[in-house]
Amino acid sequence: MKAALIRARVEAALEGRVLSPFADRSQQTIETVPTGVALLDALIGGLPRGGLTEIFGPDSSGRTSLLHAILGSATGREEECALVDASDTFDPWSAPGAGVDLRRLLWVRCVNLEQTLKVTDLLLAGGGFGLVAVDLGNVPPKLGRRVPLASWFRFRRVVEHTPTVLVFLEREPYAKTCATLVLRLEPGFENRNSKFETRNSKLERQSAPTVSHACLLHGLRPKVEVVRSRLPNTLTCVAHGQLSVAEEQLSAVSHQLSVFSHQLSDVADQL
Amino acid sequence: MFACIFIPDFPVCAVTRSEPALASRAVAIVDGTPPVANVVAMNEQAHSAGVKLGMPKLTVAEIASVEVRHRSPAAEASAHAALLDLGLVFSPRVEETALDTVVLDLVGLDRLIGPPEEAARRLATRASELGLESNIALAANPDAAVHAARGFPGVTLIPAGEESERLGPLPVEVLAPPPETLDTLRRWGVHTLRALAALPTPELSERLGQLGVALQKSARGATSRPLVPAEATLRFKEAMELEYPVELLEPLAFILGRLLDQLCARLAARSLATNEIRLRLGLENQSSVVSSQLSAEDNGQRSLKLETGSSKLDSSNSSFIIHHSSFSSIRLPVPTRNSKLLLKLLLLNLQSDPPPAPVVKVTLAAEPVKPRVAQGGLFLPLSPDPEQLELTLARIAGVVGKGNVGSPELVDTHRPGAFRMQRFSSKLETGNSKLEIRKSKTEARKSRSDSFNPSFIIHHSSLFFSSPRPLAPSPSSEQSSIVNRQSSIGLALRVFRPPLPAKVEVRDDRPVRVDAFGARGEVVLAAGPWRTSGDWWTDEPWDREEWDIALWSVVCGQLSAAKDNGRRTTDDVLYRIYRDLASGTWFVEGIYD
Repeated sequence: MKAALIRARVEAALEGRVLSPFADRSQQTIETVPTGVALLDALIGGLPRGGLTEIFGPDSSGRTSLLHAILGSATGREEECALVDASDTFDPWSAPGAGVDLRRLLWVRCVNLEQTLKVTDLLLAGGGFGLVAVDLGNVPPKLGRRVPLASWFRFRRVVEHTPTVLVFLEREPYAKTCATLVLRLEPGFENRNSKFETRNSKLERQSAPTVSHACLLHGLRPKVEVVRSRLPNTLTCVAHGQLSVAEEQLSAVSHQLSVFSHQLSDVADQL
Repeated sequence: MFACIFIPDFPVCAVTRSEPALASRAVAIVDGTPPVANVVAMNEQAHSAGVKLGMPKLTVAEIASVEVRHRSPAAEASAHAALLDLGLVFSPRVEETALDTVVLDLVGLDRLIGPPEEAARRLATRASELGLESNIALAANPDAAVHAARGFPGVTLIPAGEESERLGPLPVEVLAPPPETLDTLRRWGVHTLRALAALPTPELSERLGQLGVALQKSARGATSRPLVPAEATLRFKEAMELEYPVELLEPLAFILGRLLDQLCARLAARSLATNEIRLRLGLENQSSVVSSQLSAEDNGQRSLKLETGSSKLDSSNSSFIIHHSSFSSIRLPVPTRNSKLLLKLLLLNLQSDPPPAPVVKVTLAAEPVKPRVAQGGLFLPLSPDPEQLELTLARIAGVVGKGNVGSPELVDTHRPGAFRMQRFSSKLETGNSKLEIRKSKTEARKSRSDSFNPSFIIHHSSLFFSSPRPLAPSPSSEQSSIVNRQSSIGLALRVFRPPLPAKVEVRDDRPVRVDAFGARGEVVLAAGPWRTSGDWWTDEPWDREEWDIALWSVVCGQLSAAKDNGRRTTDDVLYRIYRDLASGTWFVEGIYD
């Protein structure tokens, strides 16, 4: 009875400002789109529309290739995509290899972070893009961390309730609680031992071994980890045994925390 | 039935059409070379305030309630074009009787535009929408309609057979006789058309000749002549000569807004739209004219074109000017007549490329095209609204520059990394042979580069890079190949623009150590070299030796990221480096990521 009274009072206080203050947003259906990598889709359930996705990792961790796959998937659905390139590093010759239809890609070549944020604001305000990707992969984390949290909240609010997929490619995650999905990529090799052996032998011989191009790039195995996800399908995939037990627990805790922080941030926004 | 549209005080109307605020005020138009400028036209309010024709400008300027403007041939030409457009909305046969008068042939159009009363009402409404305060008259013959429109204010409808009676009260001046003939008539005491019509024809012929007979016939409204229809040209141009030079963009925006409103209203009247807007700005004391053109031209790339040596004498200010023209092209992907959208695009263009001197004349021209016909669908893929997209692109271009926004297009060359930016459009033209050719070339290039770009596959919770053609067959590689065939994507390269100069230590013709800003360390593995060259027959040949390397130890970021990432990691970073064989200099081209 007391809870009902409190609920009624809160609803009355927020009337006109908040439509349904006690609605469980975690139960809302989040539409996802495929990333272009089938097994990754099975792991995370796809990228959320109307949400902010962060993909971060060091160099040669496969984040750019993953971004190209995402762009290829989006252009394959005949959606218009935008790529805001903070450091002008996009390679148009690599992208078609991932299925990117360059005619459907708007490429904005920026020279600094300020331009990048401005352009992202303009693109999101204009609307209509199926995917807006922001490549901060070469922006030093020291600068990236200076992006005010208000900007990330603004991006999240603008893209919310729209069919646009907003993807940030970074070295570190910057959006904190504003992100719907955070993926970490780490570089790796299929046969690390042989790699180290090669390295040791190199040091002994004081000369780098020459291999074929295919051999050099063969066996790279970057790892992907779901750091944060509000997508319900992510847990389902974990339950199917795609991850180890420890990772499953970590993901579950991460998911719980993300849901909780999402609710907190929503309440903060509404108030 | 013929309809005549007459604009009284046409020079005044032409000016007030550009400056609507003057419509309710007393306005006098002066013409002539300063300081000798006299009144050539005025409206009723100015006449009531005491302004007379031929009055010197200085005298008129002493009357505080009267606004004095110089006669603007450009504004009059625009007003006349609008008048002609108005006529062509209703009838395909329109005669340009005078600068301020057009006659429409409405025969057979009853079912289309209604009875004469309805036609007259619609003509008046449309004229008001175009900013033209007009007299409209409908009569059975063109001359009667013209005389009625020039003599009676508002809308006049003269039924057939009543021309003589209805035109009778009008003064003989509406017939525009020669001055000596008019003096003769006045000496006879003939002041109205009724009096002229009542004169005996033989005696009138004896005294005034055929001219007198023709005048009498006109006074009776009994003339019969074929209409001389004007050629229906699609020229949409609006111009305004400014009284004072404009230096700031904000007041210029108001002027552009007015001109665009008029232009779009004319386009709407003709059921047309535009995908090309040309803006021409006349500058003060610069002896030059700057033109900026928003048009649908090749690739949307801005091109600068200077035209020198063409000179002419400007009649408006009698100064010798030389035309320097600079054109900037912006493609409007879809036809529009949204004046607000066009205004924003023009302002964004002017913000990025402001005129170098105060503006004294503004000319806007639109290329007419058929309006866009689009039907929405529930299952269409997501794409931005073309008009909104154009505005967004213009704003982004203002931030990053026009050459830094667009869609990349691969160039048909073997030069590494060659591409060009083309205009991004949300509406793709399918079936275009040019695109098909480009696509086939892209696919051909892609197939060539497949051997250099290993695929990117995912396996369990890890992502794999795997070569499509491993050298040594093994069970794991076979499995990878199977997965690869299922879902493979190209390995991406992050390119440094410009490439980073590097110091590379070479032993046994192989790089063993690289030292560049952001990329420093021992070479773990190296693949190469791949030697390519081309364009030796041009001024920009290229000849290079390419290596793909894996660096170990210090894995730095690139560019300014070196400080944050100058730490040792346990994983290698794959780079593409190359040596320019012409200069022998090494460069780091990019990172495989």
